[in-house]
Amino acid sequence: MIPLSWYLTLAAVLFTIGLYGVLARKNAVIVLMGIEIMMNAANLNLIVFSRFLPQTRLSAQVFSLFGITIAAAEVAVGLALVIAIFKMMKTIEVEKIEQLKG
Amino acid sequence: MKWLIGHLWLIPFFPLVAAAVIAFMKKEKREAAPFFAIGAILVSFVLSCLLFLAFIGIQKTPYGHGLSVHLSHYLWFVTGTTPEIVSLILDPLTLTMLFVVTIVSSLVFIYSLGYMHEDPNIVRFFCFLSLFAASMLGLVISNHLLILFMCWELVGVSSYLLIGFWYEKPEAAAAAKKAFIVTRVGDIGFFIGLLLLYQKTGTLLLYGGSYPAIFSHETLDLLKINAVTLPLFGGVILTTILGVLLFFGAMGKSAQFPFHVWLPDAMEGPTPVSALIHAATMVAAGVFLVGRMFPLLEGSGAMPVIAWIGGITALFAATIAVAQFDIKRLLAYSTISQLGYMMMGLGLGGYVAGIFHLMTHAFFKALLFLGSGSVIHGCHGEQDMRHMGGLRKAMPVTFWTYLAGTLALAGIFPLSGFWSKDEILLEAYLHHRPLYWIGTSVAFLTAFYMFRQIFMVFFGSWRGHGQAHESPQTMLWPLRILAILAVFAGLIGTPFLFGNPFRHFLAPGHHAPDPSFFVMAVSTGVALFGIFVAYLLYGRKPLTGEDPLLSYLKGIFILLQRKYYMDELYQNTFVKGANGLARFFREVDELVIDGFLSRTGWATLVLSRFNQWCDNFFLNGGFDRACDGIKGSGGQLRRVQTGRAQDYLLIAAVGAVVLYFLSRIL
Repeated sequence: MIPLSWYLTLAAVLFTIGLYGVLARKNAVIVLMGIEIMMNAANLNLIVFSRFLPQTRLSAQVFSLFGITIAAAEVAVGLALVIAIFKMMKTIEVEKIEQLKG
Repeated sequence: MKWLIGHLWLIPFFPLVAAAVIAFMKKEKREAAPFFAIGAILVSFVLSCLLFLAFIGIQKTPYGHGLSVHLSHYLWFVTGTTPEIVSLILDPLTLTMLFVVTIVSSLVFIYSLGYMHEDPNIVRFFCFLSLFAASMLGLVISNHLLILFMCWELVGVSSYLLIGFWYEKPEAAAAAKKAFIVTRVGDIGFFIGLLLLYQKTGTLLLYGGSYPAIFSHETLDLLKINAVTLPLFGGVILTTILGVLLFFGAMGKSAQFPFHVWLPDAMEGPTPVSALIHAATMVAAGVFLVGRMFPLLEGSGAMPVIAWIGGITALFAATIAVAQFDIKRLLAYSTISQLGYMMMGLGLGGYVAGIFHLMTHAFFKALLFLGSGSVIHGCHGEQDMRHMGGLRKAMPVTFWTYLAGTLALAGIFPLSGFWSKDEILLEAYLHHRPLYWIGTSVAFLTAFYMFRQIFMVFFGSWRGHGQAHESPQTMLWPLRILAILAVFAGLIGTPFLFGNPFRHFLAPGHHAPDPSFFVMAVSTGVALFGIFVAYLLYGRKPLTGEDPLLSYLKGIFILLQRKYYMDELYQNTFVKGANGLARFFREVDELVIDGFLSRTGWATLVLSRFNQWCDNFFLNGGFDRACDGIKGSGGQLRRVQTGRAQDYLLIAAVGAVVLYFLSRIL
């Protein structure tokens, strides 16, 4: 059986890749993709813990199911936002979207 | 009719209501104003006559020397548990005054209808006249000295208002002010007297009935025994000091020397006012006051003072009257002189004589003033006798009535002035010979100056401009009625008809001095001599150019004409003194007080400058720096807020990492 640390390491690597995508890429769509990867890393953690801690099995699996649903809804809202921003500003480069500047 | 005695207040009530109604009357109804006033005063006159009938018809209630006095008390107010009672009095003195005031007022009101006919302010005139009549009537029926004093001041105010009736004339305004201020000086004495009286006796009621009062035997005894210590004079019996203080008020009101200066100037007012207020009634209020306070004054040390002031005034004013050319001013000095006569009579103990002369004088002096008004009216406003003459033909009614008044004033048998003047002279003859001779010489001067006036105005040839004309009937009828009174009113006080009924009425039980034919003969003799001298100087050959007396007396005549320079003396002492004092205090004010104030202001200014500097430098500086700091750090912090979501997330991520490491360390 594959030990717990391997799964957790994989999840951490996925999360880091996602975080990098969110922080470093300019394209808003790629940023959204990064968020998805981070979410999936979290879901993977939940599933792994439901396998290794039997008393949390049911609630962890329901939780991860909710996570997948929310991720889908979030992508829908996020892509709608990206389209709206593109319509308004003719760009989806996140560095140029800085109206909230103080 | 008995009912009326209990409702004395009705008498001043009607003129007062008339004054109020006229004051609030609409402009369009101004024609009715004089009739309101005349109607009201006629009602008062009728009521006075009814009162007289009721009074002599009623059973007499003895008071003092069998004097009958009717009182009606009213509760004024209560202080603590002490009620202050005011009351009205009906006694022979009040009745005499009521009769004199209402009849003269009625006639003067009617006369004014003609005299003031063309004046645009006739409504105001009748309002003031009614107010005056109401206050004067209130004065004579008052039994409480404070109420009397209030009415006393009210007549003073009415007098002020009426002297200054033509206030657009500066002389009239100045005369009104002078009259008010000079009488006020006397009133201060009067008021101090009232305060002292109240302090010593605790009451200002004159006759009390069942209440404590001044004229009760206990109070009078108390006042006669006790004394106050004054600086310079030492101990003075209370009745004396009170008498002198009250007499001060009387001196102001009755224009006695040295307060006489206001009365001649008061002639700036309309002539009916001079007749009513400054000849017949208000100026007699001082004499009335002395008469009213007679039970207190009798036998006190104030009596010689009153007698001598009266005698001096009589002589002093009579000599001035000799050299006057203004028809009204001459009469004014004559009035002062006659008031002095009354005071002299009262001061010598001749209560009846003084009041009797007050009454007869009211009639013939009102007549003379109204006659002079008629002359002025007929001569188109001319008042200088040098520009008159020969009016006998042009104004026959005025002439004959004026002659009647003049003969009465000169004291020719059997006119009213003869009887009353004779009584005063008789008192003087019996009690005080020097004053008798003063009185006799005044009688001579009176006859002289009055006939000087008659000859200058009515005889000779016309020296004025335009054509003199007789006055309208509304002015002549009052003259005729007053002439009848001036001729016959004296008969009620003669010792030869029913043994002097006036004396029995006014002071029943008083012993009357036996009539002295010597006194009568001398007074008639000097009066006739005065007329003769006047005829020699002014009647024999008509006046041309300057006054013949001037060539005989020269400097003395000028001195008299300038009224002994009394006005100049007062101007240079009191008026200039008061002005100088005022100026001195203004200087003090400007130098010391203003100086102090401006120094203080300057110091405050310096202090505030320093304060401002401190504020700017320390407080504002500190705040400014703090604000700059906050602004700077804000500017720095502002840069963190880039508006890029990625930067925020980066910060959050870095923060999370930092927190993680922090949690490991701590």
